[in-house]
Amino acid sequence: MTAPLLTINDMSIIFTSPDEPDIEAVRQVDLTLTPGKTLALVGESGCGKSVTARAVLRLLDRNADIRTGEILFEGEGGKVDIARLKPDSDAMRAIRGAQVSMIFQEPMSSLSPVHTIGDQIDEIIILHERLTPRQARERTIALLDQVGVPGARERANAYPFELSGGLRQRAMIAMALACTPKLLIADEPTTALDVTTQAQILDLLRQLQDDYGMAMLFITHDLGVVAEIADEIAVMYLGDVVEQGDVFDVFRAPRHPYTQALMNSVPRLQRKAERERLSPIKGNVPSPKDRPQGCAFTSRCPFAFEPCADTRPARTSLPGDHVARCHLLTRTRAEAMA
Amino acid sequence: MSTLLTVENLSKVYTLGGGLFGPARELVALNDVGFTLEAGETLAIVGESGCGKTTLGRCIIKAQPVTHGHVYYHPKDQAKVELTALGKRDIKPWRRDIRMIFQDPMSSLNPNMRVFDIVAEPLRIHRVARGKELEERVLDTLAKVGIAPDAVGRYPHAFSGGQRQRIGIARALVLDPRLVIADEAVSALDVSIQAQVLNLLDDLKSEFGLTYIFISHDLGVVNYIADRVLVMYLGHVVENAPTEMLFERPRHPYTEMLLEALPIADPTRRKGRSKELKGEIPYLGNRPRGCPFHTRCKYAQDICRSEKPALRSINGSAQMAACHFAETLDLKGAYESSIGGGDRPLPLEGRAGEGVVL
Repeated sequence: MTAPLLTINDMSIIFTSPDEPDIEAVRQVDLTLTPGKTLALVGESGCGKSVTARAVLRLLDRNADIRTGEILFEGEGGKVDIARLKPDSDAMRAIRGAQVSMIFQEPMSSLSPVHTIGDQIDEIIILHERLTPRQARERTIALLDQVGVPGARERANAYPFELSGGLRQRAMIAMALACTPKLLIADEPTTALDVTTQAQILDLLRQLQDDYGMAMLFITHDLGVVAEIADEIAVMYLGDVVEQGDVFDVFRAPRHPYTQALMNSVPRLQRKAERERLSPIKGNVPSPKDRPQGCAFTSRCPFAFEPCADTRPARTSLPGDHVARCHLLTRTRAEAMA
Repeated sequence: MSTLLTVENLSKVYTLGGGLFGPARELVALNDVGFTLEAGETLAIVGESGCGKTTLGRCIIKAQPVTHGHVYYHPKDQAKVELTALGKRDIKPWRRDIRMIFQDPMSSLNPNMRVFDIVAEPLRIHRVARGKELEERVLDTLAKVGIAPDAVGRYPHAFSGGQRQRIGIARALVLDPRLVIADEAVSALDVSIQAQVLNLLDDLKSEFGLTYIFISHDLGVVNYIADRVLVMYLGHVVENAPTEMLFERPRHPYTEMLLEALPIADPTRRKGRSKELKGEIPYLGNRPRGCPFHTRCKYAQDICRSEKPALRSINGSAQMAACHFAETLDLKGAYESSIGGGDRPLPLEGRAGEGVVL
């Protein structure tokens, strides 16, 4: 087994506000990223998946505080704890965009509309690798070519609005790869795209991962995309990672009631005769300030019993490479009720 | 079953430019679209962005004027009416029977109106009810979609995305329509909420005897909800078939491509797909000659580049496709080959108590 590239241990992120109580957006999260592997972070809006990813790059808003935990990164200059770096320090800047880079959901709003894509990619290369503009441009063209932008030399002079959604996303991927990162964070990179374009981009990411051997943290709400691209999966609900493990294990036998419910909410491709009515999760995701002390899923869980609301279930190891947080995994209902 | 709606040779052309900046150009958003809709069925319209699916929905209720063609509506006890021939004033009564639900529940509800007034507005505009009766109908409809009566005085911002979509549905249903056009009605919702709304639409359909036109790009959802599917590409209908036939064995290469691209929530069915998919949807302004799909089609022959195939029934079945080789191509469907399907996750109870606390 390869050594981990990034290890997040017991990380909690708290949002403060002058006139409201603090909100713990991410609670004691543990994640491990390995070179050449993809970890998918899954959950519904507001579950803290983007916050977790942005914490790795220290791109959080000012009122967010990584209160506890560590983010250990095996960087070029040895092991660093990203959680202890200042967001605007030189050390962090050397990591961000070079060793760890990110692609975003909406390429139109995350690329500069007034610079050509070539100039935007050149800038990163010049900044991190100190090449001359001419050398940087050659590298940019090679990158654009590699991510499948046809006519890369001419397209480098195009502005984002001149490109289709798929090409824009490819340009953004080229930008993220400009300094051959060790870790690529992809935040819903295909959500805004058509299915056929999505399939092409997923293929591209898979192929680039093979070529570069980078680790990938892939954020999505689409279980179909997870099944397609991930090696490991971590399911988040209201700031908790409720279940994580090998993607085949988790899809075959999800152990947390939330993961099970999520999987039952997706219509399956079945013939009419076999079709079952969807069984949605009842109710809505509560607001973070109404989250119970114990398991965050208590209010919507069909199996909830006495300890759930008050005692937070511990991380429980299951057979195989599989971890979940649920009281039912450590005791039976009869035991708990006694 | 009786016919509810007939669409014949519908075309919509937008004219671009034509001023200081050079000659006008034509953009054909809908090209000779035709289909019939039976009462009680759910017809899904699918395709990539820019294929004309939304334009088609809007042309049916004449939210946009059409360039050529006819849309006939068949009212319950009357002769059919041609919606496309009616003026603004004359079409209004029929808009009570045909209602729309929009994609983004955030921007389709007026933020300055209370939920009660949002749902009451169609009743007031069409002068269907007033006073006590109006109040009853509004509260009744809201209750049916699951909005509590004590919440009706609030503004849309106080509701979650799923609840807002329910309000949009209530607004469509309050006039007791026969046909509901849902344009990407569940696309903006989280999966667990999406499942709730899909079930709600299903329940309301049987309760009110509705017919749906369900515009969507999500083929998983379409397979779940639709009886029949209309696949559109660059403004053309390329396939029109009962859902199961289409997913079992598509007859148009574009349909196959869409099914191929669909991610399936099962890692054991993962497949390398790179070679199957190529290209992007061409810009509508420079549409290819011949078959609109030939630039991306891996089966394309010379005839495809010169001659446009007609939409026709395949071997006399209910499945229609517009491909020169529809009868002979053996295209791949989306269902698992063996009947029986995958196993659902087991309930948790039986396996309790097996874990070890870390």
